Amino acid sequence: MLRIIANRVLVAIPTLILVSMMIFGLQKMLPGDPVLAMAGEDQNPQVIAMLRAKYHLDEPVPAQYVLWMKDMLRGDLGASIRTDVPVTTLIAQKLPVTLQLAVMGMILAIGIGLPLGVLSAANKGRALDYGANVLALSGMSIPNFWLGIILIFVVSVRWHLLPSSGYVSPSEDFWMSIKTMLMPAFVLGAALGAQLMRHTRSAMLSVLRTDYIRTARAKGLLRGTVVIKHAFRNALIPIVTVLALLFGELLAGAVLTEQVFTIPGFGKLIVDAVFNRDYAVVQGVVLVTAVSFIVVNLFADVLYILLNPRLRRS
Amino acid sequence: MATLPVIAAEKLPRRRHRGLAKFMKNRAAVAGALIVALVVLVALFAPWLAPYDPVQASFMTVRKAPDAAHWFGTDELGRDVLSRMIWGARASLLAGVVSVGIAVAIGVPLGLLAGYFGKLVDGVISRLADALLSIPFLILAIALAAFLGPSLTNAMIAIGVSAMPRFVRLTRGQALSVKAEDYVEGARAIGLGDFRIIVRYILPNVLPPIIVQASLTVAMAIIAEASLSFLGLGQLPPAPSWGSMLNTAKDFVDQAPWMSIFPGIAIFLAVLGFNLLGDGLRDALDPREL
Repeated sequence: MLRIIANRVLVAIPTLILVSMMIFGLQKMLPGDPVLAMAGEDQNPQVIAMLRAKYHLDEPVPAQYVLWMKDMLRGDLGASIRTDVPVTTLIAQKLPVTLQLAVMGMILAIGIGLPLGVLSAANKGRALDYGANVLALSGMSIPNFWLGIILIFVVSVRWHLLPSSGYVSPSEDFWMSIKTMLMPAFVLGAALGAQLMRHTRSAMLSVLRTDYIRTARAKGLLRGTVVIKHAFRNALIPIVTVLALLFGELLAGAVLTEQVFTIPGFGKLIVDAVFNRDYAVVQGVVLVTAVSFIVVNLFADVLYILLNPRLRRS
Repeated sequence: MATLPVIAAEKLPRRRHRGLAKFMKNRAAVAGALIVALVVLVALFAPWLAPYDPVQASFMTVRKAPDAAHWFGTDELGRDVLSRMIWGARASLLAGVVSVGIAVAIGVPLGLLAGYFGKLVDGVISRLADALLSIPFLILAIALAAFLGPSLTNAMIAIGVSAMPRFVRLTRGQALSVKAEDYVEGARAIGLGDFRIIVRYILPNVLPPIIVQASLTVAMAIIAEASLSFLGLGQLPPAPSWGSMLNTAKDFVDQAPWMSIFPGIAIFLAVLGFNLLGDGLRDALDPREL
C-alpha cells in the first residue's frame, strides 16, 4: 500500500514541475518587451539595462525559469505591479473568503447531490429517477453566473430576503456572514450538486448490479438497508475521487460567483488582476490553484487506497 | 447432431444502424438534437431572422419592456434584445465548435501517439496532459485569455487549449485497448507502417467515444465562452454574444430584468441541447454506459 501511495506522490512531482513551467511560460506569451513598457517614455538605456538586470531578463530563458522557481519555492510569488503588495499577502487575504464560499458550496452540493443520486439509482426507471435526472441535467446546463443574476433579482430585489452582494467575515458577525454567503454558495453548489448526483447514481447503479447485493436481497434484508448499508458505502469510494475532481470546478465556479455577488475573494482577485494587467498576481493565483488542486487530488488518491480494502491489503 | 440455427448475414442489423435506431428511440436525445439543429439554423440564418440591426443603438427605445415591436425588449442602448440574441447564437456556436475543433485537432493525435507508442512518448504526453488538467478549466482559460488579450478568437484558443487534455486522455486510453486487438497485430504482421496502422485501424475504432466527448465538450465550451464574455474576456462590445449581454444586463437587473432573462435562457437551452445530444450518443454508441 505504501508503495502505491509513494508512486502517486512521485507522479505528482513532474506534473508540478510542468505546471510551473507552463505558468512561467505564460508571461513569455505577452506581446512586446515588458522592460520597454516599464521604462516609461524617455527609454533611458541605463534604466532599461538596470530593469533587465533587476528582473533577470538579461539571462537566458531556462536560467530565468530556475531563478523564478527558486523564488516560488521560497514562497516569494512576486509583488503586484499596481499596489506593490506581495502576491502571497494578497492571496492570504482573499483565500479565506473563497474557502468559506467553497466549503458552503460543497456542503450544499453534497446535501443535494448524494441523496438525489442514491434515490434516483434505487428507483431506476421510475418517475423519481426521471425527475432527478431532469433536475441534474438542468443544473449542469444553467450558467451559474446567470443563476446568480436571477436569484439576486428574485430573492434580493423582489422578496428582500437575502443581501444581494458583499461579504461579512464570520468573525465579525457569524449569522450575517452565513446569510450573505447563502445565495452565492447555492449558485456555486447547484452545478456541482448536479454533477455529483449523476456520478452517485452511476456508482450506485454499478454496485446495485453486483452479486453481493443480490445475495443481500435474497437473504430478505430490507431494501433500505441494502441500499444504504451495502450499496451506498461501496459506491462512496469512487465518489471520493469525483469530489476531489469537482474541487477544481469549485474554484473555477467561485471566479464567476464572486464576480456576480461582488465578493472580495480569490476569484475576484484574478479577474481584477487580469484587467489591471497585473500578471504576477495572475500567475500567483493560477499557481496556487494548480498546486492545491494537485494536492487535493493526491489526498483523494490516498484516501481511495485507504477506503478500498483490496488496494489497502496489496 | 443438433445444428445451430444460421442467421443470414444480411438480416443482422449493422452496428451503425442499431446505434441510430437506439438514438431515435431516446426521446431526450432526439429533443437534444432538435435543439442543437435549431441553434445551428438560427446562427446560420441570423441576418434574415433578426428583426433589427443588433448593434444599432436607438436612444428613443432605451430599456423598453417586451412588447409587439420588441418581443424580448430592448437593452440599455435601445438595441433589440431578440436581434442581439439571434446574432449572439453565432458567437456561442462558433466558440463551441471552433474551440472543440482545436481541442480535437491537437488532443486526438497526441493521444494516439501516446497510446500507440507508449514508453517515453506516452510519459511526456501524459504528464503534459496531467499538468494542463491540474489547472481548473475556466481558470486556465481566463489566464490564457488574459495573456493573449481579450477577443473572441483568443477566447476560442484559450478554451480549445484548456479542453485539449481531456481528448488526449480519452484517445490514449482507447488507443491502448485497440492496439492490443488481433486486427492491429495482423496489420503489423503484414508489414504496415505505424502511421498507416494508426490512421486506418486505430483512429476509426477510437472515434465513437471521441464524438460523444466532443458533443459534451461543446456544451462546456459554450458555457466557457459565455463566462469569458461575461467577465469581459471574450466577445467585445458592441458585437453581441450571450455572455457579454449578461455582463451589461447584470447592472440593470432591477430596472430591466428581460435583459438578463432571455440571453440566459438561450445559453441554458443551447447547453442543454448539446448535453442531451452527448448523453444520447453515448447511450447509443456504448451499451455499457448507464
